[in-house]
Order: sequence, then C-alpha cells, then structure tokens
Amino acid sequence: MNFLVKLFTGIFSVTFFQSAITQGITLLYGASGEILTERSGNLNMGIPGIMYMGGIGSLAGAFLYEQGTGRPNGWIGVLCAILGCLILSFLGTLIYCVLTITLKANQNVSGLALTTFGVGLGNFMGGSFSKITGTAGQITVYTTGQAFRTKIPFLSDHLGIFGQLFFNYGFLTYLAILIAAAATIFLFRTRHGLALRAVGENPAAADAASINVTRYKYWATLVGGMIAGFGGMYFVMEYLGGTWQNNGFGDRGWLSVALVIFAIWNPSRAIWGSILFGALYILFAYVPLGQAFQELFKMAPYLVTIIVLVATSLRRRKETQPPASLGLSYFREDR
Amino acid sequence: MAEYAIELRGISKYFGKVAANEDISLTLKKGEILALLGENGSGKTTLMNMLSGIYFPDKGQIFIDGREVVIRSPKDAYALGIGMIHQHFKLIEVFTAAENIILGMDGRSMIDMKAVTKDVQALIDRYGFHLDLNRKVYDMSVSEKQTVEIVKMLYRGAGILILDEPTAVLTPQETDHLFSVLRKMKADGKSIIIITHKLHEVLDISDRVSILRKGRYIGTVDTKDATGQSLTEMMVGEKMSLDIERPEPENRKLCLEVRNLTCLDEYGITALDRVSFTAYSGEILGIAGIAGSGQKQLLEAIAGLQAGTGSILFTDPETGRKEELMGRDPLSIKRMGVSLAFVPEDRLGMGLDGNMGMPGNMMIRTYRNGKAPLLEQKGPRDLSLRIKADLGVVTPDINYPIRRLSGGNIQKILVGREIASAPKLLMTAYAVRGLDINTSYAIYHLLNEQKKKGVAVIYVGEDLDVLMELCDRILVLCDGKVSGIVDGRTAAKDQIGRLMTTVGEAAS
Amino acid sequence: MKEPWVRVVKRDEISLARKIWVRVAAILISLLVCAFFIYAVTRSDPADVYRSLVDGAVGSSRRSWSTIRDTMILLAVSLAVTPAFKMRFWNIGGEGQILAGGIITAAFMRYCGDSMPTPLLFLCMIVSSCLAGLIWAVIPGIFKAHWNTNETLFTLMMNYIAIQITAFFSIVWEAKKGSGTIGIINQKTKSGWISTSFLSGLFGKFNYSLNLIIVLALMIFMYIYLKYTKHGYEIAIVGESENTARYAGINVKKVILRTVALSGAICGFTGFLLVSGSSHTISTSTAGGRGFTAIIVSWLSKFNPFMMLLISFFLVFMGNGATQIASEFKLNESASEVIEGIILFFIIGSEFFVNYKLVFSHSNKKEEAA
Repeated sequence: MNFLVKLFTGIFSVTFFQSAITQGITLLYGASGEILTERSGNLNMGIPGIMYMGGIGSLAGAFLYEQGTGRPNGWIGVLCAILGCLILSFLGTLIYCVLTITLKANQNVSGLALTTFGVGLGNFMGGSFSKITGTAGQITVYTTGQAFRTKIPFLSDHLGIFGQLFFNYGFLTYLAILIAAAATIFLFRTRHGLALRAVGENPAAADAASINVTRYKYWATLVGGMIAGFGGMYFVMEYLGGTWQNNGFGDRGWLSVALVIFAIWNPSRAIWGSILFGALYILFAYVPLGQAFQELFKMAPYLVTIIVLVATSLRRRKETQPPASLGLSYFREDR
Repeated sequence: MAEYAIELRGISKYFGKVAANEDISLTLKKGEILALLGENGSGKTTLMNMLSGIYFPDKGQIFIDGREVVIRSPKDAYALGIGMIHQHFKLIEVFTAAENIILGMDGRSMIDMKAVTKDVQALIDRYGFHLDLNRKVYDMSVSEKQTVEIVKMLYRGAGILILDEPTAVLTPQETDHLFSVLRKMKADGKSIIIITHKLHEVLDISDRVSILRKGRYIGTVDTKDATGQSLTEMMVGEKMSLDIERPEPENRKLCLEVRNLTCLDEYGITALDRVSFTAYSGEILGIAGIAGSGQKQLLEAIAGLQAGTGSILFTDPETGRKEELMGRDPLSIKRMGVSLAFVPEDRLGMGLDGNMGMPGNMMIRTYRNGKAPLLEQKGPRDLSLRIKADLGVVTPDINYPIRRLSGGNIQKILVGREIASAPKLLMTAYAVRGLDINTSYAIYHLLNEQKKKGVAVIYVGEDLDVLMELCDRILVLCDGKVSGIVDGRTAAKDQIGRLMTTVGEAAS
Repeated sequence: MKEPWVRVVKRDEISLARKIWVRVAAILISLLVCAFFIYAVTRSDPADVYRSLVDGAVGSSRRSWSTIRDTMILLAVSLAVTPAFKMRFWNIGGEGQILAGGIITAAFMRYCGDSMPTPLLFLCMIVSSCLAGLIWAVIPGIFKAHWNTNETLFTLMMNYIAIQITAFFSIVWEAKKGSGTIGIINQKTKSGWISTSFLSGLFGKFNYSLNLIIVLALMIFMYIYLKYTKHGYEIAIVGESENTARYAGINVKKVILRTVALSGAICGFTGFLLVSGSSHTISTSTAGGRGFTAIIVSWLSKFNPFMMLLISFFLVFMGNGATQIASEFKLNESASEVIEGIILFFIIGSEFFVNYKLVFSHSNKKEEAA
C-alpha cells in the first residue's frame, strides 16, 4: 500500500507533469519532423543524427555570437542558435536526400550512416569546439540559454496551478505544439498535404496525377529534418540551459522514431503521445523500488511502441498502416 | 472548328528492334465513340499511351482539335483535355474517392472538402454514376474504382476519354451501366476511345471501329456497316502459313482430367468458372483466349499454386495410377510422384531467380535432392552445360546472372530445365512471348519432341496462327469459361476468334 | 515542354572493372574529404595527420591487435545480420541481440567463473549467449512471418529493451556502490576470459589470435552456408521473390524463422566474444552501435563475406586511427565516427554510378521510356 501511495503522490504532482512535458518536447519535434518525412515515403533513420546536429548547430551559433560580443543579448543569441540549428540540420538532411532520392541509395543504410555521422559530429564538436576555436573550458552559452528558458510573463506565475502546469515553459515548447498542429492541418487539410501523402502511399499514382514526386520528397524530408533539428536545440538550450553533455542526448532520437509509430503517422497524436512518452521516460524516478528496477522501467516507452506496432499489424486497418511505399525509392521507368 | 478531336499521322513506336506501332494514322471525331479493336500485342495500348503521355512516339504527328501538339507527360495530356483510364488503376488506396479525384489539381491550398464533394457530386448526378465520394478506395469494388478514375478525368475537364479494356473487370450489369454512362458523355459532346476485344460490345457501343493487327493499322469501318464476322476477319486477318511441324499423336492416353474447376483471382473475382477438359499424353492441347481470360489461374491451379474448387485428376499414362491434385501445394504434388513441369508466364518473377546463374536456376525444383545439407553442384552444372549446348543458350558463362541475358535465352533456360525433369505433363504459358522467330521455332520443336515422347503438353498461347499449326486440339477460354474445344487441324481462324470473344453462345 | 537535359537509365551490364574503379574513386574522394576535415580542425599538415592515423591503427603490436580485435567484432556482427538481410529481413536489432548474448555471458562469468571447470564454463557461455541472441531476434521474426509486422521498427525497439536490461544488471552487479558500472569481471582469476596468449610463440605475448581464428572460421562458414547449402539457397530464393519460392515449394515462414534465428544466434555469440574475449565487462555501450554499422557493411559488401572483412577492416582502421589523432590533438574521440560517416556517404552514393547511367538529351532520343 505504502508503495502505491508513494508512486501516486509522485505521479500526480505538478513537477511530474512538468518534467513529462520537458522530456516530451524533444520527442515531439523529432516525431513531427519524422512524420512529415515518412509521409513522403522516406524512412529517415538519420533522425537521431540530425537531432544531434541541430543541437550542436544551435550551440555553435550562440557560442560564436556570445564570444564575438562583450555583452551578449539573449534574444540575438536565440536567433543565432536557431540559425545554426537550421543550417546544420538542413545540411545533414540534404546528405540523406541526395543519397536516397537523387542517387536512389537504400534508405535504411543511408539513414544509419547519417546517424553515425551526426552523433559523431555532435559529440566531436561539443567536446572539441573550445579547442578548435582557441577558447578555454567547456562551451556554455548562459545568456542565450536563459533566454530560451524565459517563461511566459504573468501567465506562468499568476494563474496558480493552472499557470504552473501550462505556462511554465520556454517558447520552444509552444512552438513544438504549434508545429505539430500545423503539420496535422497541412497533411490532412491542404492540397499539398494530400499530394504529399499520395507520394508516400503510391508514387506511381501520384506521378500519374501530375505530382512532382522528387520535389515533394525533397521538401518533406528537408523540412522534416529541420523540425527534428529543433528537438536537438530544445534539449541543448532549454533542457540543459545552453551547454553540451557528451552523449547527453542519449537515445531520444530513436525514441522519436518510436513515437512516430505510436502516433500512427499523425502529428496531432504525437502531441499527447510525446507527453505520455515523456512521462514514461521519467516514470522510473517515481518508482520506489530501488535504482536497478528503475532501469527496467525505462524500457516502458519502447514496450508501448512494440505493443502499438504489433496491434496495428494484427488489426490490419488500412488507415493505421505505415505509408505503403515507406522505405522504397521511386524510379519512374521501373513501372 | 476542326472535325477531329484527335488525328494521328504516321505514328511509330519501337521497343528495341520490335515495332510496337508502325506508321499508324487514325482519327477520332468529336462527340463519337471509337472502338479500337485488335488481338493481344496488336499495339492498342502502346498507341494510346502515346496520347496519355506515358510514351513518346519515335515518329509521326499528333493533332488535337486540328492543332499539332507534343505530349511528353501525363500533365501535358491533362492540359490538352485527354484523360486515359488505364487497365491498372492509379488510385491511392487509403484515400476517399473525392480525395483521389482532386489529387494533383491546382487550387486554393486549403481544401474545402464539402465544396469539392458538392461539385463532384453534381458531375456524378449529371452522368448517373453510382459512387459514394466519401468511401475509401480499398473498400470499393473494381467497378467503383473504375468510376472514380472516370470521374477523376471528367472533373479535370477531359474532353477526350480513352478507356483501356474497361469491361474486362466488369460484370455484364456493370458493363451495361458503364455503356449508358458513356452514351450520356457522348451526348454531352465528349469524344471517347474504347479499347476492347469483345465484339458484341463493339457493335453495341461504338460509332466507328478502328482495327490494329500486329502493330499496324488495318482500317476503320462504321459500326452500322459491320458484323461480328467482318470485324473478326479484319482483326485476325488471313490465315498465315508458318510451317510449324505437327506430328500425328501416337499412343494417346488420358493424362489429366479437370472437372468444374473454379478459381478466384487476387481481387476476389471469379477468374475460372466451372472449367472442364481433358488432356492426353502424346498430344499438344492449345489454350486460346484474350489475355486475362483465366489462363494464368488454370495453369497455376494445376501446378498447385492457386486455390480453387473442383477436381484436377492426374493419371499416370504408364501405370494408370490416379492422383487428385486439387488442394495440394507444389512440394506435395512432387512428393506424390506426379511429374509435372510448368513454364510460367512470369519467367523471372516465378520460374527463375534472375540474380543466379544457370546452375542455381537448374536446381529450383530439385535442390532438396539428397540428404546432405550441402547443395549438389555437379548435376546442375552438367545440366546447365547440356542445356547451353543443346538449346544454344548465349551466355558469357553459365554462372553469369541470367537477369542480364536476353528474353530468348532466359526462356530457353526455363523450358530446358522443365523438359529435363522428364515430365508426364508439361504446361507452358506464353512460351514464345517476346522471342525472335528462330528461338520461337526452337521452342516449338522442343514441345513437339516432348509430344513424341508421350508427354501431355498444354500450350497457352496468344498467336492464333501458331496455335492452329502447333496444337492438336485448342481449348478456347472466354471470361473464365470454356467457350469451345476445337480440332487444331480443321478449325477456321475466325471461328476461334469468335469463340474468344463470345461467352456462352454455342459456336458453329 | 523540353526534354530534360539529363535522364537516369538503369545499366544493363555492369563490368567488373567499372565496379572496382567507381568504388576506388569513391574511397579516394572520401579520404580527400576526410583530410580536409582533419585539416580544418587541427590545422596541421594532412600528410602528418594521416601518418599518425596509420600509427594509431597499426603503430604498435598492441594497437594492431586491437584493430584486429575490433575488425573481427564488426565482421562477426556483419556476418550475423547478412543471412536475414539477404532474405530482405531488416534485422537492425543486432545491438540488442549482442547485448542479450553479452549479459548472459557476463552472468556466467560472474556466478560460475570460479566454480565451473573452464571447458564447461565456455560451453555454457557460448550456448546460452547464442540462445539469448536467438530469442531476441526470433520474437520480431515470429511477428514478421505471421502478421507481417514491420521488422525494421520492431528489431529497433528490441535494442532499447536490451539496453535497459543491461542497465539493470549494471546496477545489480555494480562493482562499487553507486558507480553504476560492473567493472572488469574476474580481473584476478581471469576465468571465463578468452585467452590473450594463445599461440604466443607465433603471435606475440599479447594477442587476440583466438578471436581472429574464431571469426575467420565464422566468415568461411557463412560463405559456405550462403553459397553452397540448401538453407542458403532457400534464403536467396525467398529474398528474390515470394512467388518463385512458392513455385519451388519452399515454406517461406519456416525459412524466415530459421534464418532470423541464425542471425540472432550469431549476434548473441558476438556478445560472448565482446564480453569474454575483449572488454571483460558489460555496459550499455558494449555493442557501441555495431549493430547499425554492420547493416551498412553487409549492404556495401553485397553479402559477400570476404568483402565484409575488407570493409570492416577499413572502417575500424580509419576509426582507430582517428581516435589516435583526436587524443594527440586533444580533440574529442568522436572524430572517428565523423570520419566513418564521411567515408560511408561516399561509398553508399557511389553505388548509383555502378547501377545507373546518365543519358544526356542530345545523345539519344530513341530509347525513350523503353
């Protein structure tokens, strides 16, 4: 009894909810980006690498800015971070696009190579940046980090528990939800979204309906990669407060890929899915069974994903299947 | 105003050295239904694909509304108001009808599905289609999917519609309904080309008929002046002498008895309907019919690759032992000791593995021989060398991946292997498709050799001249039913042509 | 409405010479790009840097042996994923299968290291590690065979379950309270360790010759298995076309399960090699991403075990060399992954130039959409 009381008082607390969201936002960015990508038929296994690149890109951008001026302004730092994040995640995704779309290389192989590269690049730059740029010590961008962490004034501290639950986060949190919502509207309500889904389902049919398959694949994958890159930036800037931890990002990239399955390729489902995954991700800390068993609890999100994966394949409902041409490259003359 | 919606002048299209279309000139008048008639491989679909932007002609000119045009892609075709409904529908399964219809069209970026549905519904009502726009394609019957394709083209403002064998997948009732819709569209000023093999449909729906034969244009007649007889003659042409040998059957014995065989195809449509026939050792039984009349299912059912009902009774001509093959898979048929060889239509997709060399392909059905976990190497290698020498397979090395060889060499490997298994029953599907003349004769010769050895040979073919000179008896399939079995030595070509296109009616 | 100026056409015939020079060119260009990268971060003469790279990989007997050891591990995982892969089953769960095998090996070393006679101990470790990897792979395999559940994503998730189980044991077995690491198992007795002085007369006092011999034997086994056995034949047919498999009378489900089981078992065995023959401990990073790299190695080798040896060696050589550079210049050791990534991009991209050709519009008009 005591055990359950402890567990439940832990879980039904403001801090639990807050940390679930904090953990979830990274995953939400990654999943939104990957959903856009997979809807075009590209299974981008490079997402974990791209998220590392986005993270280190933002840090590099802010760091170069803060080093360059005497009294850095946090919000300019934010802009520089965003720019750095976009540039690196764009370049990383571009490699994947050129390999899989233009050069028709295998998607899984290209994606895994990109993850190797991206994770390596993130850790390498994170660990060596100060050495390369000739500055001393760990790279931190305190000012910019604080700007990222700025909460919504007034709303966060005047609405009691409601404010604590919903307005106690930096702007990237709201942007993540906004992007996921926008992506949902784009996919399911707009002409281009319809065309994009058609490309992922059956590129030959889309081609016959005069849709430019290559262009859609490029756009969706590049934009998706950049959204995922924001996940890395969120982690580095808001979660860590503007510093780098070697391998600190951990397996969150793969967890984002898992979230895509859990959300059944619908970004709006990824919103609450990400909070659930975030909760599952930190659940261990609230289980009073000792440290070792806590580790076992960390597999919860993956188990849940497997259950969803198996359930969808058992039910065989057409709507809940992965995009039909996921993982295949399209070559018109193969018809 | 030009008189013609479409005018083709001297169109030619080559695939490698094969002329799919040779110097074809053809017209489609505004507001008429033109039937395009021809046997399989006569080049109808190729010709139409040049109008829909799939292929680009090697020679010739295309005029739309009297203006010369260049059609390089489906997009160009849409812009010219040409809509083609392919045999294989290009639809997104998980989308609704309405989503498929507006897919790829320009317009406001937010889709107002209600407005779209209202628009399309108006179109549907005008022509009297039966279609629920909110239904997902995967829930639809074939005829509904076809309706989606037609509505899609109309909604895009197509003034010229090309339908490639639209009735092949429809029931008679659905066909009637389609025709009434086509007549309404014609009344509405649309110009329509319909590709079909079925003579009664041609006579029923069209204003004029254009006939192609072997990639060439034969002529155009007004439908009101045409009869089934006259069209058949134009379509199949004069009997041509090919000088294929045909030894007299010797020692003819019962080998296979098929009774009431009924099968469904992959879409759940009846592909074979109570088919009954017998095959004898020492003779070649030809199977004629328009493509997709059930030939594939018939052979695969006998080979144990297709489920069905009815009875397939195999009798060993030597021992008289009888075995029921229905409900067996290939392995258990083999283990029963029934030696049956099958040359499937899809050579690399079913009969062979294109990435392997000859020896690897020799053992596809025999690799299990022997108890050892290792493959037996010598037998297949010897067999490869023998087939290479005997059949003149041109390959740089027997281990060269056969995917890279020409179609003729691939077929020789497949036929050679199947014959080498010393079968009692040999089934071949389109054994000479895509092969040059010399290779084709080599294959005929091989089949005759088997016949002389006392093998029961079933030959599914598409060229009537070949069927009539090679086979002892010819079974004609039409729409999954046996429409007649004729003697290969005495049957007339137009008689077979009529059987191929007529269901149920007794043929003279 | 102009014809595009360049079109992509599949090559009908691919000559051996072309295959070789395209790949050699890709590797050379990638080395050039790596040199540029290294120069950009170290600002020293690339030639020097490449010299210290070679030095880092094979500069001393000990370094050479660790390069060989790492090559063998990567090769073993590549060999493991290959049969499944050849059947078009994307087993990207090598990571988890390795850990499954590694955990059980560590358990035997820990609990039975002192009580069991060595031969029995090794027998137990090998059999149980193979079984553990097998189970880890067969679970997704069953779902794939019967319900066509996406195996890429399923095996991927299985990795993290294995990782968490490893983390669990890392704490249960931790060497010092609160450290979260197991430390070297049986450091004093070395029981359950694969000997590092096998044939020391021949290979020197400290060597990984046993690892080398075992994995090379595995390589030859896999070559024979894929090419000369009935099982290997069935794998090739199932991977090529399900229709052909039916035509040949092959039970596709059975072949899938059997092959996935083999693949998992070898991954599990690699876990044993890692724990007993190399690290003598286990942690969540023991597999170190090799399950993923192995997929790439296997793919690039076109399922040829000897090519896998070459590519594994090349990647490990570059990686270990880069680690050396990184430590010399006080840079982060992840430099090796960056270099590995760059090289892989070029080799992966080069496949295009082997399989396709570009046709420029003025050169021919006849072959349009043939």
